[in-house]
Amino acid sequence: MLKIEAVLQPSKLDAVKDALLEAGIEGMTILEARGHGRQKGHTEFYRGREYTVDLLPKVKIELVLHDDLKEKAIQAIIGAARTGRIGDGKIFVSRVDEAIRIRNDERGETAL
Amino acid sequence: MSTSARRLSLLPALAVFSAAALAQTPVAASASAPATQAQIAALQQAVQNAQASGDNAWMLVSSALVLLMTGPGLALFYGGLVRKKNILGTMMQSFAMMGLVTVIWAVAGYSLAFGHGNAFIGGFEHLFLRGVGLTPNTDYAATIPEQTYMIYQLMFAIITPALITGAFAERMKFSAMALFLSLWSLLVYCPMAHMVWGVGGLLNAAGGHIPSLDFAGGTVVHVTSGVSALVTCLYLGKRIGYPQTNMPPHSMVLSFIGACLLWVGWFGFNAGSALAASPLATSAFVNTHFAAASAAVGWTIFEWFHNGKPTALGAISGAVAGLVAITPASGFVQPFPALLIGLLAGFFCSFMVFKVKSLFRYDDSLDAFGVHGAGGTLGALLTGLFATRAINAIYGKDVATGAIDGHWGQELNQLAGVAIAWGISIVGTLVLLFVVDRVIGLRVSPDHESAGLDLSQHGEEGYDLNS
Repeated sequence: MLKIEAVLQPSKLDAVKDALLEAGIEGMTILEARGHGRQKGHTEFYRGREYTVDLLPKVKIELVLHDDLKEKAIQAIIGAARTGRIGDGKIFVSRVDEAIRIRNDERGETAL
Repeated sequence: MSTSARRLSLLPALAVFSAAALAQTPVAASASAPATQAQIAALQQAVQNAQASGDNAWMLVSSALVLLMTGPGLALFYGGLVRKKNILGTMMQSFAMMGLVTVIWAVAGYSLAFGHGNAFIGGFEHLFLRGVGLTPNTDYAATIPEQTYMIYQLMFAIITPALITGAFAERMKFSAMALFLSLWSLLVYCPMAHMVWGVGGLLNAAGGHIPSLDFAGGTVVHVTSGVSALVTCLYLGKRIGYPQTNMPPHSMVLSFIGACLLWVGWFGFNAGSALAASPLATSAFVNTHFAAASAAVGWTIFEWFHNGKPTALGAISGAVAGLVAITPASGFVQPFPALLIGLLAGFFCSFMVFKVKSLFRYDDSLDAFGVHGAGGTLGALLTGLFATRAINAIYGKDVATGAIDGHWGQELNQLAGVAIAWGISIVGTLVLLFVVDRVIGLRVSPDHESAGLDLSQHGEEGYDLNS
């Protein structure tokens, strides 16, 4: 089992969600997040005062899936979220030890 | 005020004219002489009643419009500009004035502002609204019940201290704010209102020692509140973290709605100050709208050059600055000078807010001084320049009103009015702040300040997204 975490531009969330569903990935968790990578935020002006906003709104999606779905999921996310500009986001992949369905105590990949 | 009196004197002539028209009908022609006398009297009364009811309708609507400026107008405008942990605290400061000043006004405020006193403050004859009934007080407005006049003036007394709250946003105790502004209303607002508008007042344009033109409260409302705002934010000190920490407005949307409500309410503020549904009210209405519009343009142009973008906050702040600046002039100037006054206010107030504030590093949090103090002072001086007898012959038909009209001395009177407003505001505010600081302490504790006024002062939150 793998966990894929992807940090995305909020405007790309719907496209990524649709692409993942099309790739056969059904479960996901979405978090509203703020952050920055090498992209350093933007400036706002209020009555002549300049404010640097360095933590920008992002969304983070989390998926736990079968090992074989890894590339399919990654390609779906990249395909939907890439604009080629700084700020497109990142994908992290890690191993997951166990999954448990709370409703009936199913364990392992059957719980996904 | 003088206009209403002049219009009243026309009434008998009107009545005679109508009676003559009636006399040509067969019924009237056959009537006996005493009946005609009775008819004339009845007609005269009918004409008076018609004017009185028209004027009273407009003044009651105007009163409601001026209250609309404080709540929700100013409450939303200021509320949107603070951080979200302080929105209720900020809105409550305006709303508290609607409660406290009303009580104070009924008990003593109206008497101290509009009673017969000396040149500086009114007398005690109207304490507890004694003698303030439903018949007109011809000293002020000859066609409306005195209670209408009293409630209309109350709305001005409410918004003036509420304007000050913008300077000390996010850091004053509710209790200290309530005591300070209640006393301020009695000791700064009432004397200033009496000097400018009260019978026998020092600066009263109709018969004062230094006749100073202030149609709707440029000095009485905006200079006093703006200068007191500056004094208060200097006395109180900056918010913790200012200016290193970002403190951007939490909801431009609320501020936007608030500013638009202020604009609409201002029609009652300025056009209502004609105290009658008269042509002068129309003039003030047009000038008010023109100045707001051109000031929004002026501020936006300044900001566009300064920062490269025309902001929503700039446009609405400009409109408010224009409304402030036209307030003293609204019943004295022609429409094009009004446009110019607005444009100048847009440039001047944005300059005060962008440049002067950062130069001197005071934390006038929501720019109460930069907009009301600066705009009110500019407007009072420009009133002396552009006032014309063609709009309001306050000194008589053949006597020049303002400087361009031919009466350059008026500028000195305006200057005196502004200087007195600055003086009474600085001294009065300093004394009151000192006293209130000793008695209950002005500032919230650092813990309370970082928790926000909503929680620390009121035990509530403006936005509870978990409920």
